[in-house]
Amino acid sequence: MAAKTAVEGIEVSIGISEAVGLADADVIAAYPITPQTHIVEHLAEMVAEGELDAEFIPVESEHSAMSACLGSSAAGARTFTATAGQGLELMHEVLYVASSMQLPIVMAVANRALSSPLSVWGDHSDMMSVRDTGWIQIVVENGQEAVDNIICSFRIAEDKRVLLPVMMHVDGFYLTHVIEPIALPDRELVKKFLPPNRFPLPLNPDHPVTMGDFAPPVVYTEAKWAQEVNLRNSQKIIEEVWGEFHKVFGRKYSPVEKYRTDNARVLLFTMGSFSETAMEAVDKMQGEGRDIGLVRLRLWRPFPFAEFREAVKDADVLIVLDRAISFGGPGGAVCSEIKAALYDEPRKPKIVSIIGGLGGRDITVAGFEEIIERGIQVAATGSKNEYEIYGVRE
Amino acid sequence: MENYSVYVPRLLTKKNNFAPGHRACIGCGEALAVRMAAKAFPSNTIVVNATGCMEIVASQLPYSSWCLPWIHTLFENTAAVASGVESAYKAMSRKRGGDGNVKVVSIAGDGGTTDIGLQALSGALERGHDFLYLCFDNEAYMNTGIQRSSATPYGASTTTSPAGKKSIGQVTWKKNMPEIAAAHDIPYVATANPSYPFDFIEKVKKGLKVKGPAYIHVYSVCPTGWRCATDLAVRLGKLAVETGIFPLYEVENGKYKMNLEIEKFRPVNDYLKLQGRFRHLSEDDIKWIQNRVKEEYAKVLEKAKNDRSPKRLAAKSKRSAEKIPA
Repeated sequence: MAAKTAVEGIEVSIGISEAVGLADADVIAAYPITPQTHIVEHLAEMVAEGELDAEFIPVESEHSAMSACLGSSAAGARTFTATAGQGLELMHEVLYVASSMQLPIVMAVANRALSSPLSVWGDHSDMMSVRDTGWIQIVVENGQEAVDNIICSFRIAEDKRVLLPVMMHVDGFYLTHVIEPIALPDRELVKKFLPPNRFPLPLNPDHPVTMGDFAPPVVYTEAKWAQEVNLRNSQKIIEEVWGEFHKVFGRKYSPVEKYRTDNARVLLFTMGSFSETAMEAVDKMQGEGRDIGLVRLRLWRPFPFAEFREAVKDADVLIVLDRAISFGGPGGAVCSEIKAALYDEPRKPKIVSIIGGLGGRDITVAGFEEIIERGIQVAATGSKNEYEIYGVRE
Repeated sequence: MENYSVYVPRLLTKKNNFAPGHRACIGCGEALAVRMAAKAFPSNTIVVNATGCMEIVASQLPYSSWCLPWIHTLFENTAAVASGVESAYKAMSRKRGGDGNVKVVSIAGDGGTTDIGLQALSGALERGHDFLYLCFDNEAYMNTGIQRSSATPYGASTTTSPAGKKSIGQVTWKKNMPEIAAAHDIPYVATANPSYPFDFIEKVKKGLKVKGPAYIHVYSVCPTGWRCATDLAVRLGKLAVETGIFPLYEVENGKYKMNLEIEKFRPVNDYLKLQGRFRHLSEDDIKWIQNRVKEEYAKVLEKAKNDRSPKRLAAKSKRSAEKIPA
């Protein structure tokens, strides 16, 4: 049943733009920032060449990019934008509005480190800084996943049971600027998979609505609670959409993905493009008879608690790699959430927080082996530090 | 004048798109201005409102004063949101047919326009979106408690530019926002004032009619912030024009037109003395303001008289060519 399409060598950014084209987006509002530029350049080109019938709004800032997306999405148009690092930071306050007003915007984030010092290279500081904005956050590991998840993101966002904006995180440079083998889904199948956007209460003179009122204390808590319940409930629809995608296109996605975890006493935990390098390290170490496995998180928000607990329940050691520092805090944001998620479990692994891969610094297969060895050591002996930082010169 | 009650209803719709029952202060000139402007909005209008007085007084959950589709998101982004709404309708009507003919109107205060929203506004004007931007200027951040903005007039005492032993209050001259808008070479820019309702409403209609961006700077009296009596909104509006402080003019495709040329200026003090925010000013201060007001007025008048717009110049050269004997 799954459709086969030709696999080509495509730059991941171009693949993302083509996926937005396959989704037949109506409005794209974007401001250029490295390493997101290839995505929006190619979209502008597609619009200029008539390959995509859309309005491309070349806004004067990311704040206005997301603001234009609010207007466009509220009017009922299928809306896309892309950004990275500082751009995501400049959008920050607008992100909350997008999710709170239930506007189904889709955004690709080419993960980038935050200034200062200025760094155009990748880490997850930008992604972590927006984790409380109420968006659905999906993390991809390679080009094919990026293409597939753009299409899934529109369907998830626009589902009437969800109506939430979706951020798809794709590591800057490590993914955005590399050419990978990608099968672009068939246009007709995408059309069937992704029904037209029917936003239930758009800005329409035939049915006037008031959107974005202010709320006195008597209703604010209820508004926020409704938003929270909605975001948590979105997980089953996200899984439903991924399931449907699997049926039509043959590729499967899950909130938590396991790699060779059967009987593994030690688990490494990663997110994003580094997971593929980590897999190689796991292969190598398993080849050497070590009981090491890998757990990767695809769905960062809403956090898939049940699936995560299930994935790590038999492990003795869990080594969590964060690619961002929470300054002055407990270490990596991902690891502290994981510790919280397991705190009440009767049986839980020893958890070791490792931070690395900041500002574009690579972690090689050997690097992951080193991280795993260090993690095992810390788990056995304990450490006076809240977390370990990998590969730093002091 | 008495006949107004007979023929005004023929000129103006009785329908209020901005309905009564909102929470504006007593004597609010801005609510009056919004109500008038909204009378000129056709039924296919979508309103995009910045954070500020008009947003707060009109939209407390679960109430709304708006009979038109209305959206508020943030403070500084109303022009950007409007550009998204306009682009969405353009794309959707092109791709899926249907009646894509909507009018998009942005509403913001002077802070949301001349300060925090200036970049988004400049971007939207430059990109040429088909929308009307209305700046309701009450000359300070009134919603947050009368803090100065760049549109606060020289010498006004506000909570962040208080007059004191070492300060006159606001030490800068009011930012010339209509000129900044006009510098974007957009098809229509105007100043308006609800004390001149027909002129104002006609301008709103014109702004909605032109293809491309239009900007109208609307004078809005704030008795609360200006420390004046609550029955003065209309009178102060008249005085602002008659003293030359707020000239009523239009810039249509680059061509300036003075809508009401003042033959004999009233002294600025007639205007200033009614407002507590200016009560600390000395005679010398007032004299200085008087001179500057005249200078600024002359600049606009000069532009209206010596119009250098391409259209006018072309007409001029055609006339002079006709005079040359064959």
